[in-house]
Amino acid sequence: MAKKSYSFYPGCSSQKAASSSNYQVSVDAMCDVLDIELNEIPDWNCCSASIGYAGGGELPRLALSARNMALSEQAHPGQDIVATCAACWLSTKETQERLHSDKDLLAETNTALAEAGLKLKNDKNVRHMVEVLIEDLGYDELGKHVKKPLEGMKIAGYVGCQTNRPFGIAGESFENPMYLDKLINTMGAEACETYEKKVSCCGGALAFSEPEKSQALIKDIIESAYDNGADMIVTPCPVCQMNTEVYQDQINAKYGTKFKMPVVYYSTLMSVAYGKNGKEAGLNGHIIPAKQLEAIAGK
Amino acid sequence: MADAKIGAYICKGCGLGERLETKQLVTIATREGKAGVAKEHDFLCSAAGVEMIQNDINNEGVNRVVIAACSRRAKTEAFAFDGEITLSRVNLREGVIWVRPDTDEARETTEEMAADYVRMGCAEAKYMTPPASAQEKGSNNHLLVVGGGMSGMTAAIEAAKAGYPVTIVEKTGALGGAAANFYKRIPDRSPYAEPMDTGIDAMIKTIEADAKISVKLNSTITKTSGAPGSFSADITTESGATSTENFGAIIMASGFKSYDMNLLPELGGGKSPDVVDQMGLEKLAKAANGGAIKRPSDGREIKKVIFVQCAGQRSEKEGHLSYCSGHCCSTSIKQAMYFKDQNPDIETDILFTDLRTPGAPGEDFYRSGQEKGITFRKGVVSDVSPAGGSLKVKFKDLILNEEISDEADLVVLATGQVANAGVDIEAVKQDEPGEWKVNADSILNMNYRQGKDLPHLKHGFNDSHFICFPYETRRTGIYTCGPVRRPMDIQQAIEDATGAALKAIQAMENAQLGRAAHPRSGDLSYPSFRKEGCTQCKRCTVECPFGAIDEDERRYPVFNESRCRRCGTCMGACPVRVISFENYSVETVGQQLKAVDMPDEFSEKPRILVLACENDAYPALDMAAQQGMQYSAFTRVIPVRCLGSVNTIWITDALNSGYDGAILMGCQKGDNYQCHFVKGSELAHMRMSKIDDTLKTLNLEQERVATYEVAITDIKRAPQLIEDMAATIEKIGMSPFKF
Amino acid sequence: MSNYNNEMVEKFRGNFLKEVEANVEEGDWVKMCMQCGVCSGSCPLGPHWEHPPQEIFMLIRANKREEVLNSSSMWMCTSCYNCIARCPRGLPITHIMHGLATYAKRLGLAPKQQATAKFAQLFWDNLVKTGRVNELKLGLSLYFMNGIGEGIKTSLKMKDIGLGMLKTKRMSPMEMLGGHGCKDAKGLHAILKKAKEIEEAKIGIHGA
Repeated sequence: MAKKSYSFYPGCSSQKAASSSNYQVSVDAMCDVLDIELNEIPDWNCCSASIGYAGGGELPRLALSARNMALSEQAHPGQDIVATCAACWLSTKETQERLHSDKDLLAETNTALAEAGLKLKNDKNVRHMVEVLIEDLGYDELGKHVKKPLEGMKIAGYVGCQTNRPFGIAGESFENPMYLDKLINTMGAEACETYEKKVSCCGGALAFSEPEKSQALIKDIIESAYDNGADMIVTPCPVCQMNTEVYQDQINAKYGTKFKMPVVYYSTLMSVAYGKNGKEAGLNGHIIPAKQLEAIAGK
Repeated sequence: MADAKIGAYICKGCGLGERLETKQLVTIATREGKAGVAKEHDFLCSAAGVEMIQNDINNEGVNRVVIAACSRRAKTEAFAFDGEITLSRVNLREGVIWVRPDTDEARETTEEMAADYVRMGCAEAKYMTPPASAQEKGSNNHLLVVGGGMSGMTAAIEAAKAGYPVTIVEKTGALGGAAANFYKRIPDRSPYAEPMDTGIDAMIKTIEADAKISVKLNSTITKTSGAPGSFSADITTESGATSTENFGAIIMASGFKSYDMNLLPELGGGKSPDVVDQMGLEKLAKAANGGAIKRPSDGREIKKVIFVQCAGQRSEKEGHLSYCSGHCCSTSIKQAMYFKDQNPDIETDILFTDLRTPGAPGEDFYRSGQEKGITFRKGVVSDVSPAGGSLKVKFKDLILNEEISDEADLVVLATGQVANAGVDIEAVKQDEPGEWKVNADSILNMNYRQGKDLPHLKHGFNDSHFICFPYETRRTGIYTCGPVRRPMDIQQAIEDATGAALKAIQAMENAQLGRAAHPRSGDLSYPSFRKEGCTQCKRCTVECPFGAIDEDERRYPVFNESRCRRCGTCMGACPVRVISFENYSVETVGQQLKAVDMPDEFSEKPRILVLACENDAYPALDMAAQQGMQYSAFTRVIPVRCLGSVNTIWITDALNSGYDGAILMGCQKGDNYQCHFVKGSELAHMRMSKIDDTLKTLNLEQERVATYEVAITDIKRAPQLIEDMAATIEKIGMSPFKF
Repeated sequence: MSNYNNEMVEKFRGNFLKEVEANVEEGDWVKMCMQCGVCSGSCPLGPHWEHPPQEIFMLIRANKREEVLNSSSMWMCTSCYNCIARCPRGLPITHIMHGLATYAKRLGLAPKQQATAKFAQLFWDNLVKTGRVNELKLGLSLYFMNGIGEGIKTSLKMKDIGLGMLKTKRMSPMEMLGGHGCKDAKGLHAILKKAKEIEEAKIGIHGA
């Protein structure tokens, strides 16, 4: 397959020494194998995720994403915008759709962008990395590069919310999307087909402001993975990853559970299956080590 | 007529040849079945097979054809022969090989099963005669429509468009009915967003301009007699002048009355002129004609209207209507739009418990109402009373769980529809023959043995085979449409009336050919009765679900062939067995069950008789066979026209001749009946409840006879019921009555 | 801001639905709710809402202005979009909740001690500063948002998580000294300022 190039929006959490910096490491490793070129949008800014609404109104929030899109149009004409973070993708795609359906809003946004000499045509697709993998490459192509099939591993595919709703991946249902399971199976592992917390919410940003309520949600998500015999959880979302991984000790303390469930990204999984070493796959970025993956990566 | 000659044809196709000794079956048909001609064929429904049979009919004098092949429900077009013949179908495919395993152990009993069915087919053939069409043939194709509202006018226009002359009889002085008072109607086409013109004026013009339609205003029906194709009606004007006219069919579209809101004082009904029902609001809107609707009490501007849904309906309170009238939510939305379209600042609150907007416009119209700013609140109203020049409305908001007290200038109560369905013939005493007189409350004033009007089903609405065949009433050739049948809105009434017009036309055409109306459309057979044997017990005249049988002055039954639906309920009712059809009689079934080879008590081969309704239970068993389900090889199934046609003598005969169990399978009975003949299944269940006495006399166990309601969808259950009986017999042992 | 509140009360006197339609993101949709309750039943924090979305919509139509705007309800939204995915009427419920929260904040009616309301403001302030979120500063400001004493307690509670993040290089003390940011933060600020102006002019906030 020929090299594929995209205009890449990495997002705040992917930056060096940020909470999902290891996601970025594994994405780079994965893209290297799949011959995907990610061209970072120059001087991109935060999308305000879904939590900026206390300080920012509707138009300022739209303007944030619009600036990124305008910069992408400038720097990478003709390339789809791709994000790896669920919230980044959602905010940007929402902005794209909103400004597409409301010409007045687009005009107002452009008035604001003009303050920094920018203009948005709004003619680009905004896509999640998973869409690139499934739609532009396909499972067959993804499977071809597997060097170390992840045999014997049972994995709960935790899709979460924002890569699934309200847009989701084309052809998938909101209630039971299958793409992550298919990716897991393509890598030679076994997906937990009956993982009933697949699309449940982890609390998102409210894990910070409402820790107890959110941790109750997280507990169910991890518990269900155990109940379904999972060795680890895999997810496409940085917030999902962080929330389900880092609070396990606090949950154990509160509920008397003994959780120690590794939570990795699909890209981590793929990098290991593609023969990358632990560091390249970002495995050293996990607080709860994914020992089975480390073992395979170390071989 | 030529002598009876049976031609029995055994098919070897569809695996029958591999599974069964067809040669042996030919021998059985010849020796035991007394078939004059008996043949096997590789592929009976092929052109060659059909030609072979037709040849025998044409050249060999075969006039009782027995086809031993697939179910009577299959290949009906291939096996439609020319000539005066009877046709018996022996179901070897769905009835034998498909319900039995293809194993060595099963071979013997499967073979016996097939052999018995061939014997039964020949026995049936022997006792059938080819039906000639009924002697009584109607010739009139003039349609009488009773009621000149939306439904009646639609039926008249549709029938006239199809070329049939129509007379509308309308009680009031004008056409239009209830809808004539409507300002607008719920939209009938996309985008279902705005109320639309009722179209009443245009319809009246159409009727006035149509030479095929005559209208009799200020008139009622004072007598109806006859049958499809030959009805006679007395039409009496207000002044008392009566004319008698003849009709081919009748459509009763007598509509509805609004539930009396004065019965709802707690909701302000009758307490203030500013509390109106939906009909009342239509009148106000029509008077305003697009301008501001004024308060009835003082003509003041209206700033706020509250609509109270389910007023006196969907309620189990004494005197309330327990049912939902179906249209009222959409009607309130439409009426709130009257206000919003005139002045968007008028507040319109619709208080509902469940908003129901059935039909095509439903959701879109509801959405349009929301877009126009109508407020919908889920709440139960407890009190509406006049207070200080306006109305105080108390209700509980069910979402906010809060008692609310609100004020409005006008309150509209969504009361329900009450059918104008004539007298309830089951509640009033019938006139004695010869003493018949007009009843002012009756719509049709029929001179039928069973009463003056169409039977009611539930809540005072006319029975109209609600579930399977709307418009079909229990009086052949008389059809209901519109809110007399069930509550409905204009659009539904129009569709209803169009359907009823079509059914009426069908009935008139069938009557002229001497054929049955629905559901045995085209059946030429009709019941005949041996007067010498009749004991004037009146069971047939009382039980006929269609009121087809009258009584003469000596109380003998008088069969009105054109009113008959050929279900055989009369035959099942007759204690002295004097009623029969040419091709369906006590003998055609009785001889079948006796033709079965009865193994002795110690053979471990019991026999189970299944009498299955041909409309639902028999197809269910066929489908079970298609799906590879199995049941006992000791089963012998005989299809019956309706469980109502089952004469208890068949059960007695079966038990006497050694059957170990008998199962009756009919359709659902009761208010939600699915019985094609409405009452047949119910009557059969009633009759069979008394079979215990027979069993006691014979000293047999009660469990040997079972009666079930079986739906066409009971594909798993139907064979299971047979298996249950087989298990029961295993438990209680064989019948001692084996000869 | 309470001035703004008084003006809006005056302007929409007695018609909160109209006010929401005019001033709240996607507020036009509120009247289209058909009260089925699927949103409330689908919300992950549903039981913790003072008034779940279905009730919020009814309260708006029933003119309960204070009850809605003072409520902590909208601040319980985790932005999981389950309500949007399932709403049979297609209401953008998540956005309406965000919009109501924004509006309550603008009117000065949002509950003062609501944790998410505070965190959401911190998040915005944090990202606006350099154009990108500084996770370390955001985290610390979150822990200390209820004062020094609370902050130390929370920090201690969160210490292990912080250490974990440090060890795995998913957090760095260096972020305290500036850290990541947009080069053209000035341009971004100008864009945001203009966007705010346009929006506030539309909904009648003067001289922001």
